[in-house]
Amino acid sequence: MSEQIKKFMYVNRRAPYGTIYAWESLEVVLIGAAFDQDVSLAFIDDGVYQLIKGQDTAEVEMKNFSPTYQALGDYDVTKLFVEKESLEERGLTLEDLMPLTYEDEDDDWAEKDSIRLVSRAELADIMDEQDVFFSF
Amino acid sequence: MSILHTVNKSPFEKSSMDSCLAYANEGSAVLMYEDGIYGAIKGTAVADKISASSGVKFYVLGPDLKARGVAEDKVVDGIEIVDYAKFVSLAAENDKVQAWV
Repeated sequence: MSEQIKKFMYVNRRAPYGTIYAWESLEVVLIGAAFDQDVSLAFIDDGVYQLIKGQDTAEVEMKNFSPTYQALGDYDVTKLFVEKESLEERGLTLEDLMPLTYEDEDDDWAEKDSIRLVSRAELADIMDEQDVFFSF
Repeated sequence: MSILHTVNKSPFEKSSMDSCLAYANEGSAVLMYEDGIYGAIKGTAVADKISASSGVKFYVLGPDLKARGVAEDKVVDGIEIVDYAKFVSLAAENDKVQAWV
């Protein structure tokens, strides 16, 4: 039986610690990575807060799951679309986010950025190309 | 009679902060914690509203800033960064607490 590769998009719209959505999304992405689909992640609205660098949860006694985003590249999850307008509305720039990279096997394992800054209109077009959404 | 208002929701997702600012009279205090700390970041529409609130003292909980990777130099000037002990003091010093959950 031939297997058809589908385009999966995980849509992240929540801040990381106030609710469990962000962490649950990351867990599902990692589990879903075993299924060999064409996966991308979108970070829009408060979802952009998930990628802020320098998170340190020691004093609030919660698990800091932000280092896990670094592992996504090893699971072939290499397309993290961050919406420009959402960042700007929140007083943030790309400089405030964790540097996330992957090694491109089709380009002699060159290290490339996983985070792709896109406009709202561009992301809307990318969403049009998807087969399935997972919403968090 | 002074009121301590607390906000723990992101101002970009819920209207809690807007309601709080509409109700916070002169002489009251506003403490942002948990996801409420995102309201304390410079350069946003929320920051402008905070700066325009005269006679209201603003506080933000430091441990929640650190957890979310928000550096102290990104916090709007005039907002005081406090620890858990000061949170308790604020609750004790004010006559009552209104939590905009």
